[in-house]
Amino acid sequence: MTDIADRLVDQVMTAKTASRPLMIRGGGSKTFLGRAAAGETLDMSGHSGVVDYSPSELVITARAGTRIADVRRILDEQSQMLPFEPPEFEGRATLGGALAANTSGPARPWRGSVRDALLGTRIINGKGEHLRFGGVVMKNVAGYDLSRAQCGAMGSLGVITELSIRVIPKPELETTLVQECNEATAINKMIELCRQPRPLSAVCWTGGRLYLRLSGAEQAVASTIGYWGGELLERAADFWRLIQEQTHEFFDGDMPLWRLSVKPSAPPLGNDAPVLLDWGGALRWVRAESSLTAMERYAVSAQGQASLYRHGDRNGEVYHRLSPPLRALHQRLKAALDPDGIFNPGRLYSWL
Amino acid sequence: MYSSVTSTSSFETRKKLLIEEMAKFLPSDSIIADEETLRVYECDGLSAYCERPLLTVLPDSVENVQKILKLCHRWGVPVVARGAGTGLSAGATPSPEGILLSLARLNRILRIDPEARTATVQPGVRNLAISQAVEPMGLFYAPDPSSQIACTIGGNLAENAGGAHCLKYGLTVHNVLAFEMLTAEGERVRVGGQGLDNCGFDLLPLIIGSEGLLGVITEITVKLLPSPDAAQVIMAAFDSVEKAGDAVAGVIAKGIIPAALEMMDRYAIQAAEDFVRAGYPTNVEALLLCEIDGVREEVAEYVEQVEDLFRELGAVAVRTSQSDAERALLWKGRKSAFPAVGRISPDYYCMDGVIPRSQLSYVLTRMREMSEEYGLRVANVFHAGDGNLHPLIMFDANVPGEFEKTEEFGGRILELCVAVGGCITGEHGVGLEKIRQMRSQFSDSELEQFHAVKEAFDPGGVLNPGKGVPILRRCQEYRSIGN
Ligand SMILES: Cc1cc2nc3c(=O)[nH]c(=O)nc-3n(C[C@H](O)[C@H](O)[C@H](O)COP(=O)(O)OP(=O)(O)OC[C@H]3O[C@@H](n4cnc5c(N)ncnc54)[C@H](O)[C@@H]3O)c2cc1C
Ligand SMILES: Cc1cc2nc3c(=O)[nH]c(=O)nc-3n(C[C@H](O)[C@H](O)[C@H](O)COP(=O)(O)OP(=O)(O)OC[C@H]3O[C@@H](n4cnc5c(N)ncnc54)[C@H](O)[C@@H]3O)c2cc1C
Repeated sequence: MTDIADRLVDQVMTAKTASRPLMIRGGGSKTFLGRAAAGETLDMSGHSGVVDYSPSELVITARAGTRIADVRRILDEQSQMLPFEPPEFEGRATLGGALAANTSGPARPWRGSVRDALLGTRIINGKGEHLRFGGVVMKNVAGYDLSRAQCGAMGSLGVITELSIRVIPKPELETTLVQECNEATAINKMIELCRQPRPLSAVCWTGGRLYLRLSGAEQAVASTIGYWGGELLERAADFWRLIQEQTHEFFDGDMPLWRLSVKPSAPPLGNDAPVLLDWGGALRWVRAESSLTAMERYAVSAQGQASLYRHGDRNGEVYHRLSPPLRALHQRLKAALDPDGIFNPGRLYSWL
Repeated sequence: MYSSVTSTSSFETRKKLLIEEMAKFLPSDSIIADEETLRVYECDGLSAYCERPLLTVLPDSVENVQKILKLCHRWGVPVVARGAGTGLSAGATPSPEGILLSLARLNRILRIDPEARTATVQPGVRNLAISQAVEPMGLFYAPDPSSQIACTIGGNLAENAGGAHCLKYGLTVHNVLAFEMLTAEGERVRVGGQGLDNCGFDLLPLIIGSEGLLGVITEITVKLLPSPDAAQVIMAAFDSVEKAGDAVAGVIAKGIIPAALEMMDRYAIQAAEDFVRAGYPTNVEALLLCEIDGVREEVAEYVEQVEDLFRELGAVAVRTSQSDAERALLWKGRKSAFPAVGRISPDYYCMDGVIPRSQLSYVLTRMREMSEEYGLRVANVFHAGDGNLHPLIMFDANVPGEFEKTEEFGGRILELCVAVGGCITGEHGVGLEKIRQMRSQFSDSELEQFHAVKEAFDPGGVLNPGKGVPILRRCQEYRSIGN
């Protein structure tokens, strides 16, 4: 529970002067993610603690090195929660890391992503300036939204030191329905059910079973069970935790794990590789020895993007490649925030 | 950069040359050059800021927008994009040396994909037209600015527009999946995709709300939501603004997220009631309108809870809509609050600050004190659920000095918002209007960081110059060295 912002600024200034890369490290929970890269560690774990939490404002402000698990415990006491359900990765994941790596859990299509819940940040830029963007209020259009732009940047646009996040009340009731079906049928059902105004909060398919999580007022959940039918899943919370933490057996082993973010209604990808569908079909996990090029082709046919999430070659590119104009904008934006290129160089793309 | 061209003769030369070049690809009715018609484009919804553009162009294809941008980039001519011109912060005020680029003719809905719950539209499509087009499919587009009959989706992206329903359904940034934009150089860039997230930097939120300073948006894919099967609005009247403020906090603390939670003060209630006869009680200090939507059974359960809560917290009257017609009427009063205030005062000035909900009572009290200090009445209408205030300062533009006094008062309200932890604009943008108050919210280093971002997207500074971020003296010196 300490504020070491001054020390972090000093370390950035030193690195800048020496033009030496820094590797921003949160809880060390996502070393598997992104490209292999090297640099002096900038350790965020000492910069932690909740700065402000007022339940009736539905906002929590905490230092970036605060562990998700700790935030969750504090919110729990007020029956509130993080809408984006980030993985805790054995308790090590930090708030800053969740934003930098854009990790949202199963509720993503209904309750939004980490970026959607974000209201403001403080960051240290490559000039060693400690800046504040956004704020603690829901609406804010003053200036450019450099807070949300940190989402998925893997730390390459600055050191996130503090985050203000919107929280939500926990639902009154949560239940999960299970139905047996194959992948193609599952996709069709997802399309159909997601179009209905029902209290869905997660829809996932794996191992021949479709899981539908319902959250909301007691009567709304009850009436939906009546409409849709299916078997009630026992110990449902455990199941969703396995999906959220990527500890479900599907994720076992060291076969490369591909993450495809696609149009939810896209048909099955049609290769024989094992697949897990999350986010009502918009997120597809695939296990396969494959090249990025081949997975990109699949993803594009489903109108989306592919990335090599875990295992495989971490020295090549691991994220879907960008079009030339987009790539140019990335380089220019990177230079605008980190002119000497000291933050996590190469972690996101080899050329960034 | 453009200051070299200031004399009238070079203005005329430049205008002639631009017309000649553009006539090569634009039909003649797409180029407006006569002073009379140009007057229509002098300002947006904030008429206090007027400038005549050199030319107004109304391209009807993305290719033509691209050609215009390439030309302007080559010649260093400023370009200001314009949607419907309903902006209230002078964001679409033309540049006198440049082109006003109207996107009104790019108004086609290109694709609706009910299975994926998306619609792909051109920027000039009106906000409400999207929901109307998808209604038969049981879907709707959530962000609903009060100007939704008129404002365009392109303008909504530029301002990250919100509406009464954004407490539950989010702002524009939460409801857009992808867009195509043209850079200042006229390059086409696709941002986002059909999936929920994408690799690389998340440029979507960076560009949404950037007020046309980073690119011109030419195609948009929005998310659609299933229409809720029931909605009811609870109206609660209070004899003090503080009590109403506490009731807002009370609902949230109960764990209920209403679809909308709006508040009006005495002046606003009176004006709205006289105007639309919504059945608002007029002898009260504050009125809350709280909408609950969702599954029928859930709505019934929450409505009862909220009614009880309001009574417990001192409401002097509570009424719940029993039909869609009654619901529409209760909302009509709120939606007409601005024009209604226009009837009780020769002019009014609409501010747009945001505060943490807990500061509501304090801010309202301070505003009342300032109102007395300035001798100007203020009506308050706001999105109480998310702390977005819209104080309407009433004044008379014919009284010399009164507009200046009003502006100063407005500026002080915004500074007050920042002082209590809020910000200077929730949804209308900075434009030209709030550029001075940017300094109360951001440090010089932060403003410089914004300039660096602008440089990255628009190195020549042609897109909507002079808006959004104040030029710092430091930057000005730097620029004059550069020139
Ligand atoms: C080839 C290789 C070599 C390595 N060498 C070393 C080494 O020499 N020394 C060492 O200590 N570690 C080393 N690591 C581990 C790795 O550097 C860190 O674990 C990682 O950079 C920090 O992210 P994380 O795993 O903690 O995940 P998280 O903390 O969850 O973060 C995930 C992503 O977010 C970024 N991030 C986290 N917090 C912030 C923040 N507050 N602001 C901005 N961005 C943030 C991270 O940089 C990372 O990109 C190595 C890893 C690899 C693959
Ligand atoms: C009565 C009234 C009520 C209102 N209520 C609300 C409300 O509830 N919520 C809310 O958020 N706003 C509200 N507004 C403000 C306004 O309607 C919004 O800001 C709206 O989004 C502006 O859209 P427009 O098409 O009119 O844009 P314009 O006014 O034409 O332009 C606004 C800005 O967007 C830029 N722009 C326009 N199109 C593009 C494009 N395609 N690419 C890049 N930049 C572009 C312009 O350069 C300008 O900076 C209200 C306005 C009025 C008059």
